[in-house]
Amino acid sequence: MKTKKKLHWKKIGAVYLMMFPALAYFFINNYLPMLGIVIAFKKVNYGLGVLKSPWAGLDNFQFLFSSGSAWLITRNTIFYNIGFIILNTVLGIVIAILLNEIQNKMATKVYQTVILLPYLMSWVVASYLVYAFLGGDTGFINNTILPLLGSDKTIAFYQETKYWPFILFFVSQWKGIGFNMILYYACIIGIAPDYYEAARVDGAKKWQEIKTITLPFLKPTIITMVILSIGKMFYSDFGLFYQIPKNSGMLYSVTQTIDTYVYNALMTQNNLGMSAAASFYQSIVGFILVIAANAVIRKISRENAMF
Amino acid sequence: MGIQSKGDKIMGMIAHMVMIILSAAAVIPFMLLFMSSITNEQEVTLEGYGFWPKQFSLEAYKYIFEQWGQIGRAYGITLIVTFVGTTLAILLVAMLSYGLVQKDVPGIRVVFLLVLLTMLFNGGIVPTYYVYNNLLHVKNTIWGLVLPNLLMNGFTVILVKNYFEHNIPAELIEAAELDGANQFHILFKLVMPLATPILATVGLLTGVAYWNDWTNGLYYITDDKLFSIQQLLNKMNENIQFLANNASLLGGTAINTALPSGTVRMAIAVVAILPVIIIYPFFQKYFAKGITMGAVKG
Repeated sequence: MKTKKKLHWKKIGAVYLMMFPALAYFFINNYLPMLGIVIAFKKVNYGLGVLKSPWAGLDNFQFLFSSGSAWLITRNTIFYNIGFIILNTVLGIVIAILLNEIQNKMATKVYQTVILLPYLMSWVVASYLVYAFLGGDTGFINNTILPLLGSDKTIAFYQETKYWPFILFFVSQWKGIGFNMILYYACIIGIAPDYYEAARVDGAKKWQEIKTITLPFLKPTIITMVILSIGKMFYSDFGLFYQIPKNSGMLYSVTQTIDTYVYNALMTQNNLGMSAAASFYQSIVGFILVIAANAVIRKISRENAMF
Repeated sequence: MGIQSKGDKIMGMIAHMVMIILSAAAVIPFMLLFMSSITNEQEVTLEGYGFWPKQFSLEAYKYIFEQWGQIGRAYGITLIVTFVGTTLAILLVAMLSYGLVQKDVPGIRVVFLLVLLTMLFNGGIVPTYYVYNNLLHVKNTIWGLVLPNLLMNGFTVILVKNYFEHNIPAELIEAAELDGANQFHILFKLVMPLATPILATVGLLTGVAYWNDWTNGLYYITDDKLFSIQQLLNKMNENIQFLANNASLLGGTAINTALPSGTVRMAIAVVAILPVIIIYPFFQKYFAKGITMGAVKG
């Protein structure tokens, strides 16, 4: 009995020793910054450090909300996220269903591999690819496509706002469609073939099979994915909105989201207070949305809830 | 497969057509990038980037070769950061996940809760920047590229923990414990080899994230000696003149006269994506697996 107890203590020590580096990392990377949200209520003086800097009350927030920026970046972030949720879900499912219709396993694999390729590229590289098409002087569209269409004028894409909602939706799908396709495809191939065979015996048409078997089976995944995205409604992909429009100031009215705003306020305008206020606003609303989204998932299907 | 109905055939044909269009859409931009990089610089200036140059030219690659000091350095930094970051990530995640499945160790549930909490709430960019910049002083050190955000997250920990829980028999660990093996020995010699599939998936996803990262550079690196390849590309984006300025600073060969900037930028992008494109087809199944597992939980 005694030796067993001793062994057990030895094990506890070893296990905590093992977990220590990772926990230390979480402490630095995740927990310390959580405390750092006080920056939003401070008038930070770098010389004094955050703790000793004077309190600013809600000044930073007042500035953020009275400037009109808060409304603009919230509107853009939510607008694009709603679009992404619809496109990711609808296109992801349609294309996964089509992929599943292909009988040749080799072809299925090749298509998956090729279509996922853009997903593995950095946003910097993606911006190079987009620039090769859209660039003002050397872009393929201005130099080759437009003349072919008989147009003699050029389009200054990086200065005109009206094209950007479309461009951003297009680029996000170009990069992400492989991911969504594979995600839903994995669910579809998990459906037992018996269901389809039974449907065939009953003389079901393809469309009926999809409607009565495939889609109902995908429903839990769809719900989870959509609710998770709603939880992330206040966050945007910094790379997409920073790199693809090349952080062009003339496009801010349609490309600036909360994330790019926080970056610009912090790194280019050096306005720590404003940036922290926007970042705080995002974290709090984001947190409420995650909790709410999770509560909804719990209601619908318990096993898919995160906590 | 048996007999195919007419509906199946039509559906199959539509499916192939859509897949071919999507595949083309995925690949065409890369072709434009590559073809532009082997086009004569003047032709690009006059006629823009195109899919089929009238005059091929390897000037851009020759330039990269001559300027390998700067570009090679960025390449080396990226390799080191990717290697160190991925190795550390696998070690840390495996050790933590192994601890989390030891239900007989007191306090484990609390630890798991602490890991879960990191997925729900974050302080945001500004406090994170402040912690790394003003408390840990990672600015302009290699750690500025390795540590912030990329090293590990709650999601990967849960993936690995679930794998340990479901795929590694508890009896095996108990037997080793009875034999007197210590916990580190059990993890490194017994559990990790058995968990190769999940560790490879996590490693690959982490590795690509490191290779592609440019945001840590954006925040924490201003010293061009520590630029990663992605940050170099980003800097050139911000300032096309960057290379010209820098080449003269580095005292490299005199290239200021006819700097083939348009094509060179495309060529550097080609060089930057090459490793990912080369390894990707061999590891495709791990990527697909990573995505699928994310769908189950996360």
